[in-house]
Amino acid sequence: MSSIAKEVIVSRRPLGSSLSRWFGKNLIRIYMALAFTYLFIPVAYTFVFSFNDSGKSNITWQGFTFDKWLNPCGAPRVCEALGNSIKIGLLATIFSTILGTLIAFAIGRYAFRGRSASNLLIFLPMATPEIVLGASILSLFLVLQVNPGFWPTVIAHVVFCVSFVVVTVKARIASLDPRLEQAAMDLYANEFQTFRRVTLPLVAPGIAAAALLAFSLSFDDFIITNFNSGTVTTFPKFIYGAAARGIPAQANVIASAVFFLALALVIIGQVVSRKRKVY
Amino acid sequence: MKKISTPYLLLLPGFAFLFTFFVFPILSLAQVSTATPISGGDVGEFEQTLRFRNYLEAFLESREHFGRSLVYALLATFIALMISYPLAYALAFKSGKYKNVLLVLVVAPFFTSFLLRTVAWKQILGEEGFVVPPLRTLGLISESTTLTSTAGAVIIGMAYNFLPFMTLPLYASIDRIDPRTLEASGDLYANGFTTFRKVTLPLSMPGVVAGTLLTFIPAAGDYVNAELLGGPNNTMIGNVIQSRFLIPDYPTTSALSFMLMAAILIIVIVYIRKAGTDEVV
Repeated sequence: MSSIAKEVIVSRRPLGSSLSRWFGKNLIRIYMALAFTYLFIPVAYTFVFSFNDSGKSNITWQGFTFDKWLNPCGAPRVCEALGNSIKIGLLATIFSTILGTLIAFAIGRYAFRGRSASNLLIFLPMATPEIVLGASILSLFLVLQVNPGFWPTVIAHVVFCVSFVVVTVKARIASLDPRLEQAAMDLYANEFQTFRRVTLPLVAPGIAAAALLAFSLSFDDFIITNFNSGTVTTFPKFIYGAAARGIPAQANVIASAVFFLALALVIIGQVVSRKRKVY
Repeated sequence: MKKISTPYLLLLPGFAFLFTFFVFPILSLAQVSTATPISGGDVGEFEQTLRFRNYLEAFLESREHFGRSLVYALLATFIALMISYPLAYALAFKSGKYKNVLLVLVVAPFFTSFLLRTVAWKQILGEEGFVVPPLRTLGLISESTTLTSTAGAVIIGMAYNFLPFMTLPLYASIDRIDPRTLEASGDLYANGFTTFRKVTLPLSMPGVVAGTLLTFIPAAGDYVNAELLGGPNNTMIGNVIQSRFLIPDYPTTSALSFMLMAAILIIVIVYIRKAGTDEVV
């Protein structure tokens, strides 16, 4: 009897309701699948075409080969460009992380005259379009009669990385529980010991995240680099220059390798931070 | 315990750097923007003549590009918001134990070079890609229609390239929402839509403001997407600044840069006032 009753209730619903119900229930999943497809199409395309048995230009599929992966430096100057990008990225990361962390501690920890003006000065480089930033820094170097090149590029990268470091580290400092530091003081730690043993380890994940962000911003930057690097070729500049003639498949190999390396680093970082909860 | 001078000492190295390499260059840009070429001088030599007409001439010459930059950037920001909001919402509330994995997947595409991804879109949507030929065969688009060299391609390209700047702040602010406030709204007989409009959206406003700004600003000054995905009719103000810089026509470059920055700052300030939040970053 009860099954008949159920049947009656079900049949009262309009036709196709089970389909639309399934759709409603899974709408968010369908949406996410579509969004991730959109996000990954160019990445997958780049990866697939790293196996293309192509000559100079890598536009149409010529056949499968491992050659480019075995010889990633096979295309002229591609590894030189990669090396420059890594060097510039590391230097810009070191300088911007140090400068930015100091500023973040000042703004995050102290109330002082000029604090809101300081916040404004940090916000402005982020609100300045890259093309304006790049052109203005180069104009300074031209006035000082410094030729564009390696160090001007490093300096220009530090300018736009500092703000992102400050914002990231400041957020971490703001989320700290002040009682932890009070406890350290109560246990007769002096100011320096408290900072070294309590504050710094707690803020460290934020500093690490900021450094990673700075490196990836610097590594992938094109517009500011294009203004300030002169004859020095970075990896994005190499791709831009090659885009007109045809990009060698080795560029796809390097970009795909960087992708997997970064993914592995993030996953390791997540696993490590879950193992030892630093909160 | 804490000395008054400590914060200033902490700020000193960073601010000395920013003043030398950010504030000072912007001021020198202002100085160059009213200069004129020295008659009989070398290419790239200019003298200060306080010629404010530079601004007017530069603006009149490239007002179309200014307009296009603002329209394209606004549309790209809107599309990025439409894509990111449901994504960030799903990440925060619906992804359960896969939250961290999915969060990594959202950021992961941006570990591949920005230029290479844009070139990939150009090739995918291009004449020899895997989209156009099938559409032609099926007769869905005519022989003369292209997907690249269009405004749509530039806008989609920008929306794609600046997507993490939208998704991450949105996720950060939606993730902070206490799910109990949504339950409370449901208990008070609000339907799903009303709960979203009256509870979720207002609480996620800081993320919306930060995300739209971080997307709009780079999009308005961008020239790479317009160059790779657009045609001659889609050039933006960034393309003009870039090409003027190479001539080199520093006064026009500087005047255009200044106007672009002023336009963006005005939009940002008005927008923050309207959106009613000071929490920009």
